[in-house]
Amino acid sequence: MIVCITARAAGTDAPVEERFGRAPCFVFVDTETGASESVQNPLIDAAGGVGPRAVQMLSEHGATVLITGQVGGNAAKALEAGGIRAYAYRGSGSVADALAGYAAGNLTPLSLS
Amino acid sequence: MKIAIASGKGGTGKSTVAANLACVLSCTRDVVLVDCDVEEPNLHLFFPAAAVDVPVTTPVPAINLDRCTFCGECGKFCRFGALTVLKDRVLVFPELCHSCGGCALVCPQGAVREIPRTVGRVACSRPIPRLTLVSGVLNEGEVQAPAVIRAAKMLAEGHPLAIYDASPGIACPVIETLEGSDACVLVTESTPFGLHDLSLAAEVVEKIGIPAGVVINRSDGEDAPTMEFCRERDLPVLMTIPFSREIAAVQNRGGLICRDLPGWEERFAGLFERIPGVRP
Repeated sequence: MIVCITARAAGTDAPVEERFGRAPCFVFVDTETGASESVQNPLIDAAGGVGPRAVQMLSEHGATVLITGQVGGNAAKALEAGGIRAYAYRGSGSVADALAGYAAGNLTPLSLS
Repeated sequence: MKIAIASGKGGTGKSTVAANLACVLSCTRDVVLVDCDVEEPNLHLFFPAAAVDVPVTTPVPAINLDRCTFCGECGKFCRFGALTVLKDRVLVFPELCHSCGGCALVCPQGAVREIPRTVGRVACSRPIPRLTLVSGVLNEGEVQAPAVIRAAKMLAEGHPLAIYDASPGIACPVIETLEGSDACVLVTESTPFGLHDLSLAAEVVEKIGIPAGVVINRSDGEDAPTMEFCRERDLPVLMTIPFSREIAAVQNRGGLICRDLPGWEERFAGLFERIPGVRP
């Protein structure tokens, strides 16, 4: 399973970013192998519609779980249609911390409607 | 002859100037007044009358799933996020679409066609004998103001004299309104905010290359900085409307000062003759 965590920089030590579409970085972690891939978000300065476009990027990377602070209405609609479950991480920890929280079942699902 | 009324700042009295000007001119000729402030049209408040509505549509993508291979090209192309391509479906967010048609062009499968979507309407009425009012109305929550403005201006096309009332600011809707205008009246008020936004609007008008003049509204008599600015920019001051309780009272009940206060009919007629580029 591939989990995407929004982050301020690359790598699993980077702090989690609470914004979704305008997060500087998407960190994709394969929970089976532990391998991670960081992708710079090209949409950070885009004019609008970043939510749905970011969801397409997640879909292309095969993510089925998203960990972020919050998402907007259009992003929520796209996540739901794409079968990507979203969880809220509101702490100030790193990507690894958020991932540990998810694995321990401590994160609350983001309500998408 | 097409005259645009713009200001930069909201609440300066654009609609007052447009409505009074149109009213005065309709005594002697046919005038069409176009409310291009489509997010909050208000000229109909000065001229209540039954209107005929024409819907305004704009093309948005529809995906033919028999052809679509979910390659994602349309979604990558759309800079407004109107298309999201997932593994087995394409989501369309019509309200984010700017109707550029690019998705249909980049699709390698020819799977995108465009279908019309209603974003607003144009209301057309004839409140007084020689005046036609065309009001553009953008539906709530929509962003495609320029499409409705285009439609409203199109409906007024062919009239010998059209007055366009622009929206505040200097963004796309104002540019769309100024496009094709022969002259522009910039309405301002004698405050630092009025002057600041006047300078922005003047710059836009100059860039588009339309001759312009200034009306100072709600003047408290301390117009020196505004006059100085106008001199520097070579913008004639066409008219000054004083700050007065009498005028405010007429405005408050939706009245026209050219109709309700003595002397103002002549003053608005004079304003028309002073607009740069106007040959009455």
